[in-house]
Amino acid sequence: MTTSQHARSAATPAADEEALVRALAGLSLTAPATVAAGALVRTGLADAWAELPSPLGPIAVAWNGRGISWIDRADDPESFAERFAARVGRPLARASGMPERLARSVAARLAGGRRVRIPLDLRGRTPFEVAVWMKALEIPRGEVRPYGWIAAEIGHPRAVRAVGTALAHNPVPLVVPCHRVVRSDGSIGQYSLGGPAAKRTILASEGLDPDELEVAARSGRRFLGSATTKIVCLPTCHNARRIAAPHRRPFGSLGAALAAGYRACRECRPASGALAAA
Amino acid sequence: MDPDDALCYRLAKDLDEAFPALVEAHAGRLYTIAHRTLGVPSDAEEVAQDALVRAHAALGTYDADRIRALRLKPWLATIAVNLARNRRRRATDRRPPTSLEPLVVAGLEPRIPSAAGPLEMAERRDARRRLADELLRLPPAMREAIVLRHVDGLSVAETALALGRPEGTVKAQVHRGLAQLRLHLAPDFLDPTTSVKELTA
Repeated sequence: MTTSQHARSAATPAADEEALVRALAGLSLTAPATVAAGALVRTGLADAWAELPSPLGPIAVAWNGRGISWIDRADDPESFAERFAARVGRPLARASGMPERLARSVAARLAGGRRVRIPLDLRGRTPFEVAVWMKALEIPRGEVRPYGWIAAEIGHPRAVRAVGTALAHNPVPLVVPCHRVVRSDGSIGQYSLGGPAAKRTILASEGLDPDELEVAARSGRRFLGSATTKIVCLPTCHNARRIAAPHRRPFGSLGAALAAGYRACRECRPASGALAAA
Repeated sequence: MDPDDALCYRLAKDLDEAFPALVEAHAGRLYTIAHRTLGVPSDAEEVAQDALVRAHAALGTYDADRIRALRLKPWLATIAVNLARNRRRRATDRRPPTSLEPLVVAGLEPRIPSAAGPLEMAERRDARRRLADELLRLPPAMREAIVLRHVDGLSVAETALALGRPEGTVKAQVHRGLAQLRLHLAPDFLDPTTSVKELTA
């Protein structure tokens, strides 16, 4: 290399090694905000939320990398955020939309799909609460069970009131169908997502007639047997609803049905409900 | 105490409590590493986010002693480099190197200090773009070494650790990489027939 070339190289920043190293250090970038925000949501250290349609109108659904964490009314985003802060406490930000797979499975579940697997983030909840919610998940669309049924099924037959409290604290209503749990006297009972009226709406959207339910329970028709199969069910069990009108045999108590030679349905397990009702 | 050592102590004590601080401190450099090795902003964004998620998952499986002993900078760089490499391999369609102009517009490329005159600013912006583009034309292994050593600012030892290569290899790759960048960035001032070895001798 000639002297003149040396001089000219040194005078050109890009050709000078030190300047080049400095220039490389200057290639640092600021990450778009989505990098940190997305990482925190995916690791479950923050939550995102979006609006989804439901039979009750638009609902707010919060989620993170572990699953759906909160479902609430969407009528007022501010009070939604407040309730989330009070009960969950993690940072929350509105997202433009839900991850497609999660949105699809929530929509499928709201449409009644039972086999849809939806990850749920139930961190910080008691094992009892989780047991109640998981049991409620087993109740098929269009059917209801008494609070006492849940209590008996999870092995705490006397904890009917605690079951009611746990259901009232259900962080993911509609996905965990606490609306399908009613009082053993047949009245619809309370509902966290907008009160009894909303509960009626959602049950009706699943093909049940809430008035009819209450009338039947009050007039003592708490169990329904089939004269042909000699199987007795809870009235909303899909097996009971298939019984042709001439073969329907209502019972006021499970004891009466068993005495008449009926056996309990293995799917709706009316004994669980009867136990707690007693 | 090195801020990363303090962070490792906090992570060892309570991972979920301390992890947001790790994200805050390292998201930018992971994005930089991914961006400067891949050249595609959307890919870099995904790689940086994935790297943080992987790091959280890995830390969840480490015991407290292992977390306290971690060298966070090279450890995180390894994750980002590996994810970027996987993505590059998947991209069968060889996309042309992206121009960085949209990044400057989006405010992600650092702005040239406004004290500089408009002409100087334009020149410096242009120089940055050319440098970043030339970086993307280096062979991947050489590019990774240069990005970690000189863009991210790791030491030779940390770069070697992060890339799982002997220090001697890293030194040679950085050396040859710088030489190639000088060659390509200053074609007007250098005799094209001069070999890299002569240039850097």
